[in-house]
Amino acid sequence: MTGLAFLIPVALLMGLAGLGAFFWALRSGQFEDMDGAAARILIDEEEP
Amino acid sequence: MAALPKSIAPDLHTTTLVVPGMHCAGCMGKVERGLGALTGVGTARVNLSARQVTVTHDDRLDVPALVAALDGIGFASQPRGEEMAPPPSAVKPLLAPLAVAGFACMNVMLLSVSVWSGAGGATRDLFHWLSAAIGIPAILYSGRVFFASAWSALRHGRTNMDVPISIGVVLATGLSFYEVLTHGTDAWFDGTLMLLLFLLVGRVLDAMMRDRARAGVDALLRQAASGAMVVGRDGALQWLAACELLPGMVIRVGLGERLAADGVICAGRSRFDQSLLTGESAPVPLGMDGPVHAGMLNLDAPVDVRVTAAGADTTLADIARLMEAAGQHRSRYVRIADRASRLYAPAVHTLAALSFAGWLLAGAGLYHALVIAISVLIITCPCALGLAVPVAQVVASGALMRVGVMVKDGGALERIARVDRALIDKTGTLTLGRPVPDPQFVATLPDAEASVALALASHSRHPLSQALAQALAARGVAGAVLEDVVEVPGEGVKALWQGHRVALRRPDGAQARRGMVAAIDIAGQQARVIPFADRLRADHGEALGWLHAMGVRCEILSGDRGQSVIDVACETGLFARAGVSPQGKLDAIASLQRAGHHVLMAGDGLNDGPALAAADASIAPSSASDVGRQAADFVFMGDGLLALPRAVAGARATMRVVRQNFALAIGYNILAVPLAMTGHVTPLLAAVAMSGSSLVVIGNSLRLALPSRWNRAQGEQARGEGA
Repeated sequence: MTGLAFLIPVALLMGLAGLGAFFWALRSGQFEDMDGAAARILIDEEEP
Repeated sequence: MAALPKSIAPDLHTTTLVVPGMHCAGCMGKVERGLGALTGVGTARVNLSARQVTVTHDDRLDVPALVAALDGIGFASQPRGEEMAPPPSAVKPLLAPLAVAGFACMNVMLLSVSVWSGAGGATRDLFHWLSAAIGIPAILYSGRVFFASAWSALRHGRTNMDVPISIGVVLATGLSFYEVLTHGTDAWFDGTLMLLLFLLVGRVLDAMMRDRARAGVDALLRQAASGAMVVGRDGALQWLAACELLPGMVIRVGLGERLAADGVICAGRSRFDQSLLTGESAPVPLGMDGPVHAGMLNLDAPVDVRVTAAGADTTLADIARLMEAAGQHRSRYVRIADRASRLYAPAVHTLAALSFAGWLLAGAGLYHALVIAISVLIITCPCALGLAVPVAQVVASGALMRVGVMVKDGGALERIARVDRALIDKTGTLTLGRPVPDPQFVATLPDAEASVALALASHSRHPLSQALAQALAARGVAGAVLEDVVEVPGEGVKALWQGHRVALRRPDGAQARRGMVAAIDIAGQQARVIPFADRLRADHGEALGWLHAMGVRCEILSGDRGQSVIDVACETGLFARAGVSPQGKLDAIASLQRAGHHVLMAGDGLNDGPALAAADASIAPSSASDVGRQAADFVFMGDGLLALPRAVAGARATMRVVRQNFALAIGYNILAVPLAMTGHVTPLLAAVAMSGSSLVVIGNSLRLALPSRWNRAQGEQARGEGA
């Protein structure tokens, strides 16, 4: 039982942290430009 | 490390420019770096989905300077107007409920697994309380999407798929909470949340498809945002959008530009291509006081036009009114998912009520009968049914988009799958809609002359010159070096080549009246006459054969008159009607529909707009008029006509998969409902059955991701029958 008392809050907190991170991403516009995000990794910064 | 901000004056402006030409990472990099290098620019951030760039800059820069800078690196752009702002996304409001349902579902499932594997007593009570604490708020939050839709349907005295979902979810949550309070053995929070999660996935997919297609079509529409150069009293030129033009203004229409308003010519003379308006392919020569209409293309020389009507008063507005009336037929179409739910919802409610009554009559207690009725509701909740249609349609429209056909919404796929007649417009749809030089002439022109011709043609924006330059470049010709190049409007391009006088010009005398021709002069040689014609799309034979093999009878419906329609009819072997007015096209469609046919309209012009809106399904090339693209359900890219049979074949394959999905989902219900009605369903069984049937439906739909399979099979069949 003591294991449960420790593990359940941990599991819930981690889940909540993930949910919070997703909401933050949603608010800060990370989902505004999905095509651009996919293409951006290919931009070569070194090229003039 | 982040770059230090450049020295920027304190008051920053934010400007959003639409850049339709961006389509890859390289373009993004060029635009961002090009703008970032300007003095006075703080940041430049591209949004590729919306094809626009947001720039923060200070007072030293204004919008024309930014447009000029983008022009310098090869991108056409324009400031974004209010009406050009991208439409609100349908996916975004669903993402947060989806995330909450996913989070809650996982955590509650974790707790449920321990209960199923035998946790009892105080531990089970604790887990049930935790499940309730996570589940009830999550269900209330994520379920709003369904509750709101169900409520609005009920308020109007209708029912939809969301009504049984909402009733099931609310009852199951209530019952589970009662179980928790009374230390019961079974709580249904896990099943309820899983149901919401799967249904939300279906909704998100459906919304994603609509967003993606709409973004593509909007990008095309923005590209063609029309307007005109207005000549002020003092002779100054100013660009105004079409909606800002007023009667009485004088606009200058350059070579190769389309008119943005109706008017009369007040200076200059030229020939006009009005195929987009009427379907007629022969250019019309017009001089002083000649009436011109919005949508006509100026072919020869710049002219000044006094605007007589703009906006709602133009010929366009008449066509728009016809279209509005024509679109009503289509809005009566009921989507297949809604048709299914009309049958499904009453069936589910009857079954649940019957089990409740049956168990009461058989002597069970009120509580026991209620538990069984609710488990029937949960087990029949259309989880797989909710995914059956959207998943198949999303996968198919993705596959179609990869072969160059954009689908506007899922309903279009359902409608086009049923067509058995196709009416095809001639100019611009069956043909390319632009002049192409005679291929034989292009192939046989000697190299030296070809390189001179290419160099001359590339100096002009005249449609014939551009077509010639494109054809010669495709042959692999390199342009010669010319000196003293002069373009004389209405005459042609003149230059010096190795000391000889050369010219690409309109032919003289009798030849000039033969429609679309140009002549090329090279000093010391006889002038060559280049014939141009609007040619059939190269793959029309294969495309029409494939349509025929699928049982779709094609006819030509053209606004054009005379010989050119007869020529095309002979070449394609199709029955053709010529000189059909927009109203005539509507009547042709209506008479076929009255005879019980489902009609596909393929057209591009303004004159096709009403017909595109009235037909059961419609498709337009991406080169079509704004009106055509807006009215059509499908827009296809490129010069091929194969998009037509591909769209029909893809839609039919989709409907086959949708029907299989329905069979799978209903088959699952036939197995599960008797179990539920006899009281043998536990939360564990419900969870397994629900996720199992959903996965099967998704897997089945993913088969549509390989368009090559349905493409090739059908294409070979067509070729086999044609041979």
